[in-house]
Amino acid sequence: MLNIRNLQAGIEGRKILKGINLEIKAGEVHAIMGPNGSGKSTLASTLAGKKSYEVLGGSVDFLGKDLLELSPEARAAEGLFLAFQYPIEIPGLSTTNFIKTAVNEVRKYHGKDPLDAVGFLRMMKEKMALMNIEQSLLSRPLNEGFSGGEKKRNEIFQMAMLEPKLAILDETDSGLDIDAIRIVSNGVNKLRNKDNAVLVVTHYQRLLDYIVPDFVHVLYNGRIVKSGTKELALELEERGYDFIKNEVNVEEGV
Amino acid sequence: MNPEVYKESQIDVDEGLSTIEKTVLTDYKYGFVSKFDADEAPKGLSEDIVRFISARKNEPEWMLEWRLKAYKQWCRMADDEPTWANLKYPPINYQNIIYYSAPKQKMNPKSLDEIDPELRRTFEKLGISMNEQKRLTGVAVDAVIDSISIGTSFKEQLGELGIIFCSMSEAIQEHPELIKKYLSSVVPTTDNYFAALNAAVFSDGSFCYIPKGVRCPMELSTYFRINAENTGQFERTLIVADEGSYVSYLEGCTAPMRDENQLHAAVVELIAMDNAEIKYSTVQNWYPGDKNGVGGIYNFVTKRGICQGVNSKISWTQVETGSAITWKYPSVILKGDNSTGEFYSVAVTNNHQQADTGTKMHHLGKNTKSRIVSKGISAGFSNNSYRGLVHVGKKASNARNFSQCDSLLLGDKCGAHTFPYIEVRNKTALVEHEATTSKIGEDQIFYCNQRGIDTETAVALIVNGFAKEVMNQLPMEFAVEAQKLLAISLEGSVG
Repeated sequence: MLNIRNLQAGIEGRKILKGINLEIKAGEVHAIMGPNGSGKSTLASTLAGKKSYEVLGGSVDFLGKDLLELSPEARAAEGLFLAFQYPIEIPGLSTTNFIKTAVNEVRKYHGKDPLDAVGFLRMMKEKMALMNIEQSLLSRPLNEGFSGGEKKRNEIFQMAMLEPKLAILDETDSGLDIDAIRIVSNGVNKLRNKDNAVLVVTHYQRLLDYIVPDFVHVLYNGRIVKSGTKELALELEERGYDFIKNEVNVEEGV
Repeated sequence: MNPEVYKESQIDVDEGLSTIEKTVLTDYKYGFVSKFDADEAPKGLSEDIVRFISARKNEPEWMLEWRLKAYKQWCRMADDEPTWANLKYPPINYQNIIYYSAPKQKMNPKSLDEIDPELRRTFEKLGISMNEQKRLTGVAVDAVIDSISIGTSFKEQLGELGIIFCSMSEAIQEHPELIKKYLSSVVPTTDNYFAALNAAVFSDGSFCYIPKGVRCPMELSTYFRINAENTGQFERTLIVADEGSYVSYLEGCTAPMRDENQLHAAVVELIAMDNAEIKYSTVQNWYPGDKNGVGGIYNFVTKRGICQGVNSKISWTQVETGSAITWKYPSVILKGDNSTGEFYSVAVTNNHQQADTGTKMHHLGKNTKSRIVSKGISAGFSNNSYRGLVHVGKKASNARNFSQCDSLLLGDKCGAHTFPYIEVRNKTALVEHEATTSKIGEDQIFYCNQRGIDTETAVALIVNGFAKEVMNQLPMEFAVEAQKLLAISLEGSVG
């Protein structure tokens, strides 16, 4: 589904990703872990096509298409979803209206007619039941005055509505208490199936207790320095990132 | 002057338009010109022209005298053309304007069916149906093209309730007692330069009178269309809501695309008696000029309402997207005790447009309240200013005002300015003013992009969210149109 080859990217002339290689297949859950500043969020933003991030080399194939050639909205329409670490507020714009516009823009991209009010409402009701989300949240202006937990639940609700092929969760657990983490993770797990994939970007292991990854990769200093299964996450939790740093530094002869 | 001195002009559509103009034309979808014969006055302004207009309209002597007096006052005000606004434009040559242009049609159509088909088509093209059956239910329309009203719908149904809704010309003929009593009672002919000009040469507009205790069952609206070349439009609207009555009124306006600037100088007067309420909404979409700032309407408008009676209420809502220059300050004189004035405004400027707009709230009565919500959106090279006055008089104990002025900037070549003036002469007054300025953030746009929404649509969503509090004040039938208009006005403003 996603094939990243030697991806290098940076911001404001500073190179942050120094050659990422990663392959994600349908049905898989991958986790990217790493200490602060290792490039985790840069990877998520670069894949989603944020303007301020500059691609300096490498390639990314997404479902047979050259991802890096697509506009951010086309990437989204092709099925790439980014759950933001800090969801953005748009004052005055109702969350429902925002989601309706998004759903219909994606339909337009695929040459489908927009959903009418009734069709959209039916879909929304169905997903609301699945995600345990209440109408009152969706009537409020997008993310404005939302608590941390509400923002993240709203992200996952949008994911449910857009039914992406690949969902990237960027530090979705940050700022959440354990109950909120459980709710959000449950939501993600309900959306998993054999045709889609999830890339969890996180600093802490605890989210991975709920969204159990098939593969764990450690990002350090712009490179994936270690890959393994979920046991690797537990080892990191126990030993901290220092042991990885030491290993890498020894290898590089620092 | 020989009343036969007029020329017949024929205006052709689409001829001599450059590719760029045609491209712009698609942006401003009301830029077309309709073809019909017009009865026009010669260019320029003089006492003869004032007489010409009055004669064309078969006006009674007292009306002509009123106009001539205004004309003389305007002549004396030659040095009083306002220069204090934050607007830049070359001097207007008042002798280079045609002050009267009327589409020729069968004299005095007896019913709407007799309206010239070409005129009817013009309004159909603008989305205004004069056919009462096809019309949106609950909206009566007075259609004004250039200098005259061509027809008013639902007159009979409204008449049954005692509501008068007709063109100003007709009101002068049919209801002289009301006109004599109320015309220029709120905006005196000497009020300002443009008001004096309007009084001298105004050619039509709408008149509404809502009798005591009547709640007008439908929206009343006037649609103003400038069609002829080199003409100015000077309409005058007067709405009187008698004791305990209610009316919601809406005006819309468009004009063809031309390289020359055209002048529009209107006067609107509202009068609300005891316990009466007037809600006045404007969707102003005059041609704004092209991307380089060539052409467009100069819009100099004086709008004022008086809450004459106790517990009365006047509410102005405006969505201003058009015009090269906008100069207007819909105001409320809160004379009656416990009366309320409101001003809700969205002003959008793009490319080289300039707007200096706001309101004046004069608190004179006791326990009077006013609320001002102004949302300015600037893009391109435009300049958008809010200018507002809150005045609390000596006797206005317990006056309350709340003002909120928010500006949204798109890009870094446009300007947003706020000029709030507060004059308080009574210690019990409470006046609050809040102002914010924000930019549409890259982060907001990226967030929308990441959900599959392209940048233009994202801007429209963000802007409509920003303006929502004002849009919510519009009658339902027009809110959707106004939302689309905001999006269209800002097309191409974010790269």
